[in-house]
Amino acid sequence: MNDKASPHVTRALGPVEYYRCMAGIVWREGLRFVQQRGRFIAALVRPLVWLFIFAAGFRSVLGVSIIPPYSTYVLYEVYITPGLIGMIQLFNGMQSSLSMVYDREVGTMRSLLVSPFPRWFLLTSKLAGGVAVSIVQVYVFLLIAWFWEVEPPIAGYFALLPALVLSGLMLGSLGLMLSSVIKQLENFAGVMNFVIFPMFFLSSALYPLWRMKEASPLLYQICQLNPFTYAVELIRFAMYLKVDWFSLVTVATCTLVFLSLAVFAYNPSKGLIARRGGPGGAS
Amino acid sequence: MTTALSIRGVSHSFGARKALVDVNLDVASGQFCALLGLNGAGKTTLFSLITRLYDNVSGSIEVLGHDVRRQPVKALQHLGVVFQNRTVDADLSVLQNLTYHAALHGLSAAQGRERGMAELDRIGLADRANDKIRSLSGGQARRVEIARALVHRPALLLLDEPTIGLDVGSRQDIQDHVRRLMSEDGLGVLWATHLMDEVQDADQAVILHRGKVLASGTVETIVEHAGAPSIKDAFTGLTGQLVMEDVA
Repeated sequence: MNDKASPHVTRALGPVEYYRCMAGIVWREGLRFVQQRGRFIAALVRPLVWLFIFAAGFRSVLGVSIIPPYSTYVLYEVYITPGLIGMIQLFNGMQSSLSMVYDREVGTMRSLLVSPFPRWFLLTSKLAGGVAVSIVQVYVFLLIAWFWEVEPPIAGYFALLPALVLSGLMLGSLGLMLSSVIKQLENFAGVMNFVIFPMFFLSSALYPLWRMKEASPLLYQICQLNPFTYAVELIRFAMYLKVDWFSLVTVATCTLVFLSLAVFAYNPSKGLIARRGGPGGAS
Repeated sequence: MTTALSIRGVSHSFGARKALVDVNLDVASGQFCALLGLNGAGKTTLFSLITRLYDNVSGSIEVLGHDVRRQPVKALQHLGVVFQNRTVDADLSVLQNLTYHAALHGLSAAQGRERGMAELDRIGLADRANDKIRSLSGGQARRVEIARALVHRPALLLLDEPTIGLDVGSRQDIQDHVRRLMSEDGLGVLWATHLMDEVQDADQAVILHRGKVLASGTVETIVEHAGAPSIKDAFTGLTGQLVMEDVA
């Protein structure tokens, strides 16, 4: 390796360097995840509690008629599995925003942003790391759910992957956007109450929207405006080897909007960080 | 002698509050420049502008001739930074922190490990490469941060109050190491501090107070101009503020 050249040569950063940078950021997210076993267990227990307890209890109360993508009556467990996958990614996206706020408070965010790569690329890489972690969680969850009679077609597990990437990106970029406006770590409880819970309950995760329409037309309208609904539907259809085009376009559009706003917020000259005095609140 | 850092006419405000007013500063390669100022003088704001955490609103900042705002990719490549707060990841090992930083500069994992080990060797912590950061002492973690800032071989090293909270021995170690780097690597160093015993007579110094540069030049000339017996007295005379006792 010719590593002894003049130390102050300005290098052009090409695709190889970009790849190394992104791989390094994803690798770090993975390492942090592996080392925080508590986080992994919590991330897994949460949807499993819903699957084992909530779904079992409501199985007899809530009947699900035959609706696409299902071709037969399905167990309630089967119906809520895509919603629970969405829940894993929703929590993960918000948790990565929490880690951004934490990183900002302790300063590790600064060392990321001093990298010579463009800021949008650094933030996207960070997002990719979070998505990779959430996908591992989802497949472990699906493995356990399989023993609980949630058995989509084998090919569905593969078809699910691109849907997970997209929905993970959307929820992660939403978290990233929120991380730029959350001033302190303590405010995360607010995110829990005002973002995670409403997004989860006001969606098609737990009940089909036609049921919601019967109960309350207003809530039905809100559910239809909730991007999380489309992430769940994208996942649901993909698991059964179908594409819900409307959900696909909606999720892709929301991803672009959220990510653009996040990049704007972290932009050194225009964003909120600049106006507020930098990550960590410089004096 | 090349100029590692050149700051011309930089001003910056947060809303109505002026954090920096027309700051000029140069650091040549192989030179130690002390940025002296009390808390709130604008040191951290200046560092944030040099590292492009936010943009300089007026004036120019160049690292090795590359404008930070217009050519950030080129400028930031030559910049190594040790922030005031600890920014190493406590849950990762020493070497993992260094290879992560190498990746942030587009270096391969192998290069990161090789250079990381070489830097750890220089700070006498090669045997701790696989230990978690949280198992290190404050002084050791600081030295790891300096090693990390050098993995991509920068031309300019910025240190923001690097010895805060460290004992006398660790402070001296860090000073010695950084000064050795200047002569070995030709590194330009901008060292922000309010501890006056960290500067030597031959060093360059800039006295920053309430966002303005009150004096700059070698420590010797600043002391002479101020007609004071020491840099500490010169600082007190110029700023009208007493310097905190330099005890760690």
